[in-house]
Amino acid sequence: MTGIFLSGAVLVSIGLILNRNAVVNYLLVVGYLTLLITTTVYEYINQGITQLVYFTSDSLGLLMLIAMTIVSIPAFYYGYRFIATRNDAPHARGLFFAAMVMLITSCCMAYLSNHIAVTWIFVEITTLSASVLIYHNRSMRALEGVWKYVFLCAISITFIYIGILFLSLSLKSAGVGEMSFKVLYENHHNLNVFWLKLAFLFIFTGFTAKMGLVPMYTAGIDAKDKAPAPAGALLASVLMNVGFVGIYRVYAIVAHTPLKGWANSVIIIVGLLSVFVAAVYMTRIKNIKRLFAYSGIEHMGLVVLGLAAGGVGVYAAILHIILHTFIKPTLFFQFNQIYTIYQSKSVYDLGNYFRYYKTGAFVVLLGFLSATAMPPSALFVSEFMIFQSLFQSHYVVLLVVILLLLTLIIWGFGVNIFKLLFTPAGQINEDKLPYISPWESLPQFVLLALSVYLAYNPPAEFVALIQESVKLVQ
Amino acid sequence: MTDILLIALAMTLLYMSIADRLQTYLYILVLQGLILFGTTYLTLTDVSTLNLLLVLLETIVFKAIAVPWFMNYLIKRNKITRVTEPYLPNFVSLIIVTLIIVSTIILSGSIEDKNLDKTFFVVALSTLFTGLYLVVSRKKIISHVVGYLVIENGVFVLSLAIGNEMPMLLNLGIMLDIFASVLILGVFFNKIGDVIRDPDVNLLTNLKD
Repeated sequence: MTGIFLSGAVLVSIGLILNRNAVVNYLLVVGYLTLLITTTVYEYINQGITQLVYFTSDSLGLLMLIAMTIVSIPAFYYGYRFIATRNDAPHARGLFFAAMVMLITSCCMAYLSNHIAVTWIFVEITTLSASVLIYHNRSMRALEGVWKYVFLCAISITFIYIGILFLSLSLKSAGVGEMSFKVLYENHHNLNVFWLKLAFLFIFTGFTAKMGLVPMYTAGIDAKDKAPAPAGALLASVLMNVGFVGIYRVYAIVAHTPLKGWANSVIIIVGLLSVFVAAVYMTRIKNIKRLFAYSGIEHMGLVVLGLAAGGVGVYAAILHIILHTFIKPTLFFQFNQIYTIYQSKSVYDLGNYFRYYKTGAFVVLLGFLSATAMPPSALFVSEFMIFQSLFQSHYVVLLVVILLLLTLIIWGFGVNIFKLLFTPAGQINEDKLPYISPWESLPQFVLLALSVYLAYNPPAEFVALIQESVKLVQ
Repeated sequence: MTDILLIALAMTLLYMSIADRLQTYLYILVLQGLILFGTTYLTLTDVSTLNLLLVLLETIVFKAIAVPWFMNYLIKRNKITRVTEPYLPNFVSLIIVTLIIVSTIILSGSIEDKNLDKTFFVVALSTLFTGLYLVVSRKKIISHVVGYLVIENGVFVLSLAIGNEMPMLLNLGIMLDIFASVLILGVFFNKIGDVIRDPDVNLLTNLKD
């Protein structure tokens, strides 16, 4: 099935690039979505089987895959809405959808891959397809964004490659010639600790570019800002999950060796710095899209903190990143509608959203409550568990600092969001307001509702999958 | 012989730190490609002929001919001025690169692993860090690309150190080389040339908070 999916995706992208007819393009996208859903269902039914040697549907990959499939349906819908409102050349339209198809496909393959080198290859392809999406507007700023993204990702991919080389050096002493994750887990007691340490550092640093953590988070912010909002939604959710899967699988090796304590301190420093950076920027930026992007940095920081705290924290980290996958795209999808009304990203130009588009304003309000993890929202559950695990592992000072930073973030986020919702707008011609159907926000409500449902009433299969993934580390 | 070639590679780094012209960079890249060709030929004795051919093709055709030629074409077509425009004086650059090499030698001295060829390790790491230094210390975008290519060369040396045991990783490295260089150079640098003449990183500072 993986083979069919992969070749189908490649065929669809080629068709999208070559074809200039809008209807055929949309049909191809619908066909791809059907294929994606079928594959997801197939992988879910056949858990644990290995296909094409390098792809295994294990619990972690499956969780991410299901989350991605759910998000990609509205992503394509809003991609269609985005394209329909613009006068792009047919060629640009085809390229846009082809890049989205390739991005989703390569993310899917990176989740399921059971070999670190194969993961790495698909991470490369995500960079390629993401750069096409970022450059969609063909403007000077888009060019700047894509240049920074490509350059930084190229360096980060090189870092991962160096890490893989060091990993192979650490395997030498174990006398093993293969590098699949399974073999690595089985031989963890034979690995050379020194090389493993270097390998972890390089691979971790490399994957931070995708996951959005200090030190390599910068390019991702520009990318999410410049890419069209539906693509930005994918970059801010499923692509970050690729980074997480990479880090998680390598951490799972390190967690079984004496290096665990050291790795945890590295991760905690990175997590704390990420939340700190998010707090600093979110209190002062006035670009609403970048605000959403920085909120992602904060959540990724919290996720790795949970991972490092151990205990219930690992469970919470996975839960957190899955819920974040549903919540963050909601805000990005809504951004398209905000932009339709105000034609601006700057908070100074936005305002009185409740008056101009009530349904959208509710999405923004609920999305804000969700993204800041206010009690009735989904992320509150996982965030609370992460705090609990930090407390249990005696990181009390860290916890206090994190809570202070989160307060700052809520304040910074809130100031801008409430400006958008309630205070008068800068300059807006009220006679020429475009009409947006309230139904267009429906998928966003569904995503938010789904996150709440998963957090407060998780289905048994969902919990079982997370627990299965946690076992990799513990 | 391998050691001599590798040391020559380290010396090109010193030259690179004081080079004033973009053209010199390109010559050094050609030289590095040739050195890597020699090293590969001498080092990889255990791999299959096909694999060896692939690696040799990559070093000669790609690293030593195609990339420098293409960059030369870009420089001419976009009428980029020929000076490298470093932020720091050349003398400081020379000292920094020397320090990089010395510190990697000291670092490798502290490693006790019989599986590791120290010369490869030292040269690979110093090439890597020199490349990073070039990226941060030069103003022109095209010098950033040169810095990135130097990083790639460093990584290539590192992958040679284990190439005999794991040819698969070596092939991956080649893939990285080609993929990233083509992505950075081909698809993209053309576009920068179209939009801005004489590209300079200072023109790419609009995206910020």
